[in-house]
Amino acid sequence: MQQALLIDPEKCTGCLQCEMACSYENYQVFNIAKSRIKVFNFEEAGRKVPYTCTQCAEAWCMHACPVEAIVLDGATGAKIVLDDVCVGCKVCTIACPFGTINYVQDSGKVQKCDLCGGDPACAAACPTEAITYVDANWTGLDKMRAWAGRTDTASQANA
Amino acid sequence: MKHLILGNGPAGVVAAETLRHSDTQCEILMAGSEDEPPYSRMAIPYLLEENIDESGTYLRKSPDHFDSLGISQLRGRAVSLDINEHQVLFQDGHSETYDRLLIATGSHPVRPPIPGIDLPNVHTCWTLDDARAIASLTKPGTRVLQLGAGFIGCIILEALANRGVKLTVVEMGDRMVPRMMTPKAGGMIKRWVENKGIQVRTSAGVERIDETEKGGPLRVSLNTGETLECDVVIVSAGVVPNIGFLEGTPLHVAKGILVNDAMQTSVPEIYAAGDVAEAPDLFTGAHLVSAIQPNAADQARVAAINMAGGQTHLKGVLAINVLDTLGLISTSFGQWEGVNEREGGSGAELIDEEAFRYLSLQFKDDVMIGATSIGWTEHVGVLRGLIQGQVRLGERKQQLMHDPTRFMAAYLGAAQAIA
Ligand SMILES: Cc1cc2nc3c(=O)[nH]c(=O)nc-3n(C[C@H](O)[C@H](O)[C@H](O)COP(=O)(O)OP(=O)(O)OC[C@H]3O[C@@H](n4cnc5c(N)ncnc54)[C@H](O)[C@@H]3O)c2cc1C
Repeated sequence: MQQALLIDPEKCTGCLQCEMACSYENYQVFNIAKSRIKVFNFEEAGRKVPYTCTQCAEAWCMHACPVEAIVLDGATGAKIVLDDVCVGCKVCTIACPFGTINYVQDSGKVQKCDLCGGDPACAAACPTEAITYVDANWTGLDKMRAWAGRTDTASQANA
Repeated sequence: MKHLILGNGPAGVVAAETLRHSDTQCEILMAGSEDEPPYSRMAIPYLLEENIDESGTYLRKSPDHFDSLGISQLRGRAVSLDINEHQVLFQDGHSETYDRLLIATGSHPVRPPIPGIDLPNVHTCWTLDDARAIASLTKPGTRVLQLGAGFIGCIILEALANRGVKLTVVEMGDRMVPRMMTPKAGGMIKRWVENKGIQVRTSAGVERIDETEKGGPLRVSLNTGETLECDVVIVSAGVVPNIGFLEGTPLHVAKGILVNDAMQTSVPEIYAAGDVAEAPDLFTGAHLVSAIQPNAADQARVAAINMAGGQTHLKGVLAINVLDTLGLISTSFGQWEGVNEREGGSGAELIDEEAFRYLSLQFKDDVMIGATSIGWTEHVGVLRGLIQGQVRLGERKQQLMHDPTRFMAAYLGAAQAIA
């Protein structure tokens, strides 16, 4: 059974433990600027919203890549960036309508959530269960994907 | 069912794979006219920078990828099409029949009719072959004059500069990337690359190119009266679709092959995708060639699903571009130039000349229709999401008019309803 990140903004306190954990997991430093998950702060509404890749089925990033540097991790369903193949052309960053794959000027490559190979550090670090890693057919996830689907480009006939 | 695909660039390859995914039984034959495995033109700049070797440009890295999917390959140039016999003739004299045909032959660079344009040291930068020639001619210190500072020109510019050449760029428009960037943004890019030591001449055209001696340096005369001496000229003056072999067929063509939103041509069993196709624009419905990689992949996928008997359509072509000019990253999306007020148009522009940051958002009523950015890398994809999703922004539009940098918040609120 594949699992996915489920994000519940209601439970988020904005502590940024997820961003710290993500940065540490991937770069061995605590630097939230490097995090692949971002917590957005809606001050007026008093809401904090963690946001990262949903590993969408359409995989805009993967299909737009000109050099096959983004591949499907069969075990987790994550779309992962192969650093040694990525040329840094950034086409994926404008192809993804969710804005969840981004260019890192330091490395000259793009980065995105890879679900940490099946044990996401952000979910483990979240003290309030605003980020959980759950079975992919859990209904809340479908809801999240339905929202995501509203920004679809081509229609999705699964022929 | 036999599917014949002409062209093995990104459009041809994505179509072949999608066909196989949709139909495990059909016969798929993909033809390409270059003497290379299927590769990606847009990786050429990174080859010139020596970040990758030639295999790094290959669209699929595993040598038996296509065999293992049962996709047959053919090296050959299509020279004519017989729609009554369902047959394509190749340059070597042999023919292939088809039940469904996909034309994905891409485009080729224009050589403007300038005296001297065919001299040996004048090159285009379009194929792997071109890249090899340019790599052998350009060493640190080589004087290179580049004709054209459009989107592709600017990408090549970065690669050439990184090879250490002395570069002068001549552009007819009044700014750099005039067809992708607003005047402010194009001016900012010009200032940035000039600071990095590149000579830029805008509002200037090349009138003639002469050899100073046989096979020696070139003298380039501009219509501004200036003459410049250089070792190599690189021509980047736009591209035109590869449709020559369709002469004499009733296929409707304008600049490219006209297709509907199913990527079907005026002949029902023939489809077209990628740089060669002219498909309806997202906003106006007018036909448009959009010679960019993501477009080739999207269109190919739609074409292939329909060829295999499924039903899907493209929601409309959206021009999207991202550019890195020597470390300055810029993007443009959709109708970045905006529409006028009478049609409900409005826009917000944020300019920070000193920090080289720029953002322009264009709206029609409360829907974002275009954007231009410089110096933004985080979450720029949502600009596509907002534009292509034609998301109604409601009151969030006013917030963006005041502070365009809040586009991510607007996206989360309006498109994902999680704010
Ligand atoms: C230097 C460079 C940099 C670029 N950078 C970017 C970028 O950063 N972002 C971006 O979005 N786009 C970029 N592009 C554009 C991008 O490469 C094209 O939009 C893309 O390759 C289009 O794919 P396609 O499959 O439609 O055509 P092509 O890739 O051109 O493939 C068409 C194939 O068909 C073959 N062919 C042509 N005629 C025939 C025939 N008669 N019979 C059989 N085969 C034929 C050709 O040889 C070719 O292999 C760049 C292009 C270049 C040259």
